[in-house]
Amino acid sequence: MNTLLPGVLLFFVMTLLTGILYPWSITAISKAAFSDKANGSLLYQGNLVIGSELIGQNFTALGYFSSRPSASNYSPVETGATNLCVTSGELKKVIMERKLKGFANEMLFSSGSGLDPHISPSSAHDQITRIANQRNFSENQAIQLSQMIVDAIEKRQWNFLGEPRVNVLKLNLALDAMGNLKGRND
Amino acid sequence: MNKYDFLQIILILGVLIGLAPFLGFYMAKVYEGEKHVLFFLRPIERIIYSFCRIDVKREMNWKEYSKSLIVFNLFGLIFVFLLQITQHTLPFNPEHLPNVPWDLSLNTAISFATNTNWQSYSGEATLSYLTQMLGLCVQNFLSAATGMAVLMALIKGLIRRTTSDIGNFWVDVTRSILYILFPLSIILALALVSQGVVQNFSSYVIATTLEGVKQIIPTGPAASQIAIKQLGTNGGGFFGANSAHPFENPTPFSNFLEMLSILLIPAGLVFTFGKMVKSNRQGIVLFAAKFILLVVALGFALWAEYNVSSQFEGAQWMEGKETRFGITNSIIWSNFTSGASNGSINAAHSSLSPLSGGLAMLNIMLGEIVFGGVGSGLYGMILFVFITVFICGLMVGRTPEYLGKKIEKKEIQMAMLAILLPNAMILIGASLSAVLPHGFQAVLNKGPHGLSEILYAFSSASQNNGSAFAGLGTNTTYYNLFLGLCMLVGRYAVIFPVLSVAGSLAQKKYMPPGFGTFATDTYLFVTILIFVILIVGALTHLPALALGPIVEHLLMLTGKTF
Repeated sequence: MNTLLPGVLLFFVMTLLTGILYPWSITAISKAAFSDKANGSLLYQGNLVIGSELIGQNFTALGYFSSRPSASNYSPVETGATNLCVTSGELKKVIMERKLKGFANEMLFSSGSGLDPHISPSSAHDQITRIANQRNFSENQAIQLSQMIVDAIEKRQWNFLGEPRVNVLKLNLALDAMGNLKGRND
Repeated sequence: MNKYDFLQIILILGVLIGLAPFLGFYMAKVYEGEKHVLFFLRPIERIIYSFCRIDVKREMNWKEYSKSLIVFNLFGLIFVFLLQITQHTLPFNPEHLPNVPWDLSLNTAISFATNTNWQSYSGEATLSYLTQMLGLCVQNFLSAATGMAVLMALIKGLIRRTTSDIGNFWVDVTRSILYILFPLSIILALALVSQGVVQNFSSYVIATTLEGVKQIIPTGPAASQIAIKQLGTNGGGFFGANSAHPFENPTPFSNFLEMLSILLIPAGLVFTFGKMVKSNRQGIVLFAAKFILLVVALGFALWAEYNVSSQFEGAQWMEGKETRFGITNSIIWSNFTSGASNGSINAAHSSLSPLSGGLAMLNIMLGEIVFGGVGSGLYGMILFVFITVFICGLMVGRTPEYLGKKIEKKEIQMAMLAILLPNAMILIGASLSAVLPHGFQAVLNKGPHGLSEILYAFSSASQNNGSAFAGLGTNTTYYNLFLGLCMLVGRYAVIFPVLSVAGSLAQKKYMPPGFGTFATDTYLFVTILIFVILIVGALTHLPALALGPIVEHLLMLTGKTF
């Protein structure tokens, strides 16, 4: 029995079906139904793309909420984790350094993707004093800031899936909207 | 752990148990050619056959079946290889990515043809959209369908009498894709886009961050590929960070769907098996054995992972994990993906606690049968069933039988071959690489974890899993070729013995169960089966595991670092 011809022909038919028809039709339907999401949940300021809601950014300024440490420094072209293990001396050292800087919980550890857009609500609250000082916030504004975090909490999906978290980029956008990076009081 | 953690574990396991029988019975109808929900696609199936000169009525013996499989897989392998080494000159490459080096291309081509999906490449930095779609996406479907077809051949061997025919490879493959993989992928892909998984053909987005830094954000037709990557237990990511990447897995719900789809078809196929051998109980006992192995490993892994926090003054061990998933969802995933031959990850396995990482490794070493790959997870399990009835037969001094077929010399020889060869590749590969400079120089972590990295790589390749302790720098000619060889052995040194067993079983007469027949649909059988699996796995791999994850765990408890 000839197996070569059916094999080659079926391969091409299946390539057509699963390699061309399938991704193309999914793209077409996605564009129609979930255009924003299919294109990467991008955030704009005017016409300028300032990032994606889903992709974390590095925040070095002390007046911003910090993201988690990232093995790739939030470069989405070289994603990934540190891959260091529990018994790694190198890792233990950097964790100690982060502790000394006042970080706790997941802020001590790099994420899996190196692009984690979230931190936990408690880690956001931990940063209020630093940010309020940097931005010369009044006590009232600091309270406002704390309320801002509460408003920004993304709860467990449908109240039970995943973990509660806040989106750092969105939080910092809201922070910029509050103003006072240089401070109005001085 | 809190109540939400337990709730999520119970929910995912419950939904799996709930959906598997429905899907399983549906798949049985598909393969037996009975009427089913998607029967209206029948004309398309007929057009495919007539276009491809496939004679549906023409049955194959095991040698013809194997030959067709070789042609189909080899052609796919060569095609993916050629796509990669020429991608720069081909369309749909908006980032003008260069041609992929030959050794990496070969590794990736083997990786996808064998349903391993080992990633020496990083998708967004290496592969054009055309390579991803025409190469990887297609192979995700074809390699999964190949595994399902081999399972069908084995089942036919068990249920047919005194014939050499074990079905038609082309028909089994076509039905697997058209009625099972394709429709499920469409549903899953759209659900994933609704959660934020990207799906477009645009070039990478250049963003200016709040701090004024340029951030290049890769996109592409990811959702369509991720859907089949999970459903077909393939696991190769569109992006380098795999399903930890927020564009592959943006929300807890996308995470739930992806975890479920890793095990859905392998779990369903156990019920398909029961239906086709006309005894649902025979399927349920195999489901029970797989489920018990899964839940026990999951329990231990969760315990190990949560206990690491004591090493860090109570801070939960989140190294390599994503905030939105937390520890519980990362560990459910690591067990699902290592039990199935999936190999996608949502957290860095290298950074798991020594014991959870070790359990993922053990799941892989057991031969990818804890639900396992689509098709391969069940035919691998049936090999262990043969060994089990053989051992039970020895104990009472009778010729062992399974489903009315005598299990004789040929079956046991082939089963042993298929179980031993991949394991031999793990041990030979890991031990050679631990002493050869080309091998150990690629290691990232010092101390026992370094050995674990090598051991995990060879286990993952030889058992066609594809996940990694990714610290190991495997994109070298040495590892690309060596692991490529392991993947080929791990796939075909199981498939061909299974097909030959299918051929030999089909020729046997049916023996009605007699007084001395050892019943294979009882919980006593489940227990013995589990112990046989553990004894084979443990005897083969315990010494190596003791030098890697186990000693690392003990040293961790003493506070030692490297």
